[in-house]
Amino acid sequence: MEAAQRKTIRNLLLIVVGMVGFVCAMVPLYGLLCDITGLNGKTKGLYTYDPASEAVDKSRTVFVNFVTNTNGGMAGRFWTEDGGLKVHPGQPHTVNFYVTNTSDHVVVTQAVPSLVPGLAIDYFHKTECFCFEQQVLQPGETREMPMRFIVDAKLPQNMTSLSLSYAMFDVTELVDASVLASGGNKG
Amino acid sequence: MSEVVDSHGHDDHDHGPDKGLARWLFTTNHKDIGTLYLWFSFAMFLIGGVLALGIRAELFEPGRQFFEPEFFNQLTTNHGLIMVFGAIMPAFVGLANWLVPMMIGAPDMALPRMNNLSFWILPFAFGMIISTLFMEGGGPNFGWTFYAPLSTTYAPPSTTYFIFAVHMMGASSIMGSINIIATILNMRAPGMTLMQMPLFVWTWLITAYLLLAVMPVLAGVVTMMLFDIHFGTSFFNAAGGGDPVMFQHIFWFFGHPEVYIMILPAFGVVSQIIPTFARKPLFGYDSMVYAVASIAFLSFIVWAHHMFTVGLPLAGQLFFMYATMLIAIPTGVKVFNWTATMWKGAMTFETPMLFAIAFVILFTIGGFSGLMLAITPADYQYQETYFVVAHFHYVLVPGAAFSIIAAVYYWLPKWCGRMYDERLGKLHFWLSFIAVNVTFFPQHFSGLAGMPRRIPDYAVQFADFNMMSSIGAFAFGLSQVLFLYIVVQAIRAGKPAPARAWEGAHGLEWTLPSPLPYHTFTHPPKVTAAEMHS
Amino acid sequence: MSVNKPCKGIRRLPFALGALLVLWSGVALADELNMRPGVTTISQSIFELHTIVLWICVVIGIIVFGAMFWSIIHHRKSSGHKPAQFHENTRLEILWTIVPTVILIVMAFPSTKTLVQMYDTSSPDMIVEVRGYQWKWQYKYLDENRNPAFSFFSILSTPIEERHNEVPKGEHYLLEVDEPLRIPVNKKVQFLVTSEDVIHSWWVPDFGLKRDAIPGTMNDIWAIVPTPGVYRGQCTELCGKDHGFMPVVVQAMEQDDFDAWYAERVEAQKERAALESMSFTADELMTQGEAVYTKYCASCHQANGQGVPPVFPALAGSPIATGDRDEHIARVVDGVAGTAMQAFGSQLSKAELAAVVHFERHSWGNNAGDLTQPVDVANVMAGN
Repeated sequence: MEAAQRKTIRNLLLIVVGMVGFVCAMVPLYGLLCDITGLNGKTKGLYTYDPASEAVDKSRTVFVNFVTNTNGGMAGRFWTEDGGLKVHPGQPHTVNFYVTNTSDHVVVTQAVPSLVPGLAIDYFHKTECFCFEQQVLQPGETREMPMRFIVDAKLPQNMTSLSLSYAMFDVTELVDASVLASGGNKG
Repeated sequence: MSEVVDSHGHDDHDHGPDKGLARWLFTTNHKDIGTLYLWFSFAMFLIGGVLALGIRAELFEPGRQFFEPEFFNQLTTNHGLIMVFGAIMPAFVGLANWLVPMMIGAPDMALPRMNNLSFWILPFAFGMIISTLFMEGGGPNFGWTFYAPLSTTYAPPSTTYFIFAVHMMGASSIMGSINIIATILNMRAPGMTLMQMPLFVWTWLITAYLLLAVMPVLAGVVTMMLFDIHFGTSFFNAAGGGDPVMFQHIFWFFGHPEVYIMILPAFGVVSQIIPTFARKPLFGYDSMVYAVASIAFLSFIVWAHHMFTVGLPLAGQLFFMYATMLIAIPTGVKVFNWTATMWKGAMTFETPMLFAIAFVILFTIGGFSGLMLAITPADYQYQETYFVVAHFHYVLVPGAAFSIIAAVYYWLPKWCGRMYDERLGKLHFWLSFIAVNVTFFPQHFSGLAGMPRRIPDYAVQFADFNMMSSIGAFAFGLSQVLFLYIVVQAIRAGKPAPARAWEGAHGLEWTLPSPLPYHTFTHPPKVTAAEMHS
Repeated sequence: MSVNKPCKGIRRLPFALGALLVLWSGVALADELNMRPGVTTISQSIFELHTIVLWICVVIGIIVFGAMFWSIIHHRKSSGHKPAQFHENTRLEILWTIVPTVILIVMAFPSTKTLVQMYDTSSPDMIVEVRGYQWKWQYKYLDENRNPAFSFFSILSTPIEERHNEVPKGEHYLLEVDEPLRIPVNKKVQFLVTSEDVIHSWWVPDFGLKRDAIPGTMNDIWAIVPTPGVYRGQCTELCGKDHGFMPVVVQAMEQDDFDAWYAERVEAQKERAALESMSFTADELMTQGEAVYTKYCASCHQANGQGVPPVFPALAGSPIATGDRDEHIARVVDGVAGTAMQAFGSQLSKAELAAVVHFERHSWGNNAGDLTQPVDVANVMAGN
């Protein structure tokens, strides 16, 4: 009786410990799920461009719309030279984005990308993007940031327009003081 | 709840309860702890009810009535938190404490000292939550679902206390569940198989497993909030690479099983009461058990139906829609079984039966609106409107709360050996039944007409429904004062009740004498087919 | 055992419940009690789904509750009914598992079809960004033919006196804005929904559209509105204090009217920008400043400048509003990160910023005795 009870309690505690482990694992699992399914519209990481393997599909054009916003009350401006571009799938393009720190102190910024429609994420490749890193901006500094991308030639035919949005966040409070002290060597 | 005196004079070292406050502070007796839980939950029910009346008073007419929007949000948030975690859940734990040992022929709970601890955590947890309302910056104001980043980056300073309180009640629930499972699995009277257990015990066994599985998830999600607020992490902060939508996934992975934690024991209560007053065995015992088990399983794979509007991919929406629709099948089976139990019985309609019948009908109406909400495209129109408010209040008030009230009327004669006033009980039922429908039925209409939930003021076309709702809410609140009177009157001056208080009642608890000795089943009882299902 | 006479109360039960059921089915019958069918094909298919599933529920309800009431009336002890002792019936149990399953499968088909249509955001004629703020909406036209610099806010226009019951409430109480979103009819308009701060939700019931606005994420939905008109909805995700006061108003117009409006509106924005090189008198600044204050600031800092401390500080007598002017400008322009104080530098023109700063420095007993001109704002923004 006693032994059976101890065993029950031990098993129940194992369930609790297991669930604690599961909830910790939820964070990376969610990240993985988003990567696989494009759940939250996040574009993929760095893409290696190989001109030889990419055929340019001149027969159709896709309109890529660029949306820029500052977020969470960031003090500054963030914009792009083009509101949008007409591109042939398979053809690499470069677009310049700009960010200005209008405040009187050093600001660290981070851009968060989001692409719609979500199903296009697998077909939108970035070979260079400022969203892969943070920017340390001196007071009054304006920075030009190129973004290179390729729309995959395998993009489904019914997708004629893509919208790529960047939300620029002020993450000064989230980064270490050491990054600020190093004064903009990064980014 | 009762001044029960051990009149039987046990032959062992056990005696009656201690005198005075020490009895309640240090008790390890399952009956005392059950009583503590029940009174605590009733106190929370009244506090949560007062907050609800504050909401309904503000919404009586369009325009500002009493409160600023900021305080209104604190009212809705704390009403939800207190009712869910303070009233409904502890009430069911109280019922489990009282009934599980008596139903399975055990002398007490498996871990009596931990039982004491898991109760006494709760007053501190809720004291803390209620105290936040008086802090500078106010209490939690982000809804009981506390979606990030409103509950992290944009939250009032008192959120830290809220997180701590959630941890405390989570610990209490986990300890309570371990205790209940250990009791049920190890302390049944010899000869009682699992498939002979009363359905209330079955539903609690499954509920306790659900609690064990999801309370750590709730603890995890509030811990992540704590880190985001104080330690510069970015679990839910898009700026730092996190995702606010992940909060909702984790929250509802806890939250949907939580919904069933609040309704499965109610199924158990009703499955005890209806056969008694129909004088006929429960129809489809086995399928009842399997239905509860399948509902519990499904509760883990439907969480995202609370998030149809966050923009999940199409495949995800379809999966969660289909899975959610499936829940209608086992739930339907239960309702059909209750109806078949009544069919060709010899029914009488004492107060517990009235509440149980009202439960079946009104819970089913809540189930119907639940099915409507499962249809994803239609959900876009219902989501976050008063239609949803009507839906879950139908499930939780005439659902869970009615079942708890029914249970109190049903077992009170056993608990304190005295009968309540049947005439007043019926009056309480009819007042509650009418008031609850006047309160919540019109909310279906205001929701369909387009009124969002959690708003302190509304467009003029919703005025009539809201006024009806407010009048019903005040009537419902006042009826519960009558309930308090009936229970106190029964405890103090009720007519003595026979051991088997109800003609058709079966189960080991009714074989015990009335008034109930302080310690029962110190020797295991004989399990007979007449008392058990089989 | 308390034995009761057959109580009268119970006879009322079937009638009370019957009345409830009639009321429930009334939902499907009476227009004013029901969901709005809306104007788009999507909202109408949603309405059909709603109607079908509602009637299925009503029919099931009538059968189940009917059996229950029959039993309650006929199988009562007081009428001398002896209890049967059956407690299972395999055939019946299989039947009532299979029938609901079939009904659900039948329901799943039209639901899936509608959902797939809703998700087809391909080939839009026009793109609009919808951006939630605490507590207003911002709209921006994004497609290739549009001016990317042009955007505007849509803010509740119901006067505070109506909310405080000091004057009678208007027809569109809480559902009216200073400037609605305008879209052309019969065009596939794609809405990109996102948020500046917390989660909001953009809902237009007549379009069958509701989607959460989430910071850092874009959500896409679409509508083709066939009839011109004004369509009203509200924010449907709790977003803080004024969640109840950020309505969604969309005006659908004929294409020609829309084009004319758009050209005029973009021109007006340019004129507003031209004001930045002008100087204003104190009176002009006060008048203009009060208007801006009422629209953008009063919901937190209150019309009397007293705020709701500690969350929303008072401006009357505040060190910033009575102290150094450039710091005051900087606070309004840059906001305070992580609080409800937004960076208004990106929301208001320099003329509006100057006016509101001047107004705040000369109201509620504040008397800084200076003038704030657009050029001063421009200087602060340039970092001088």
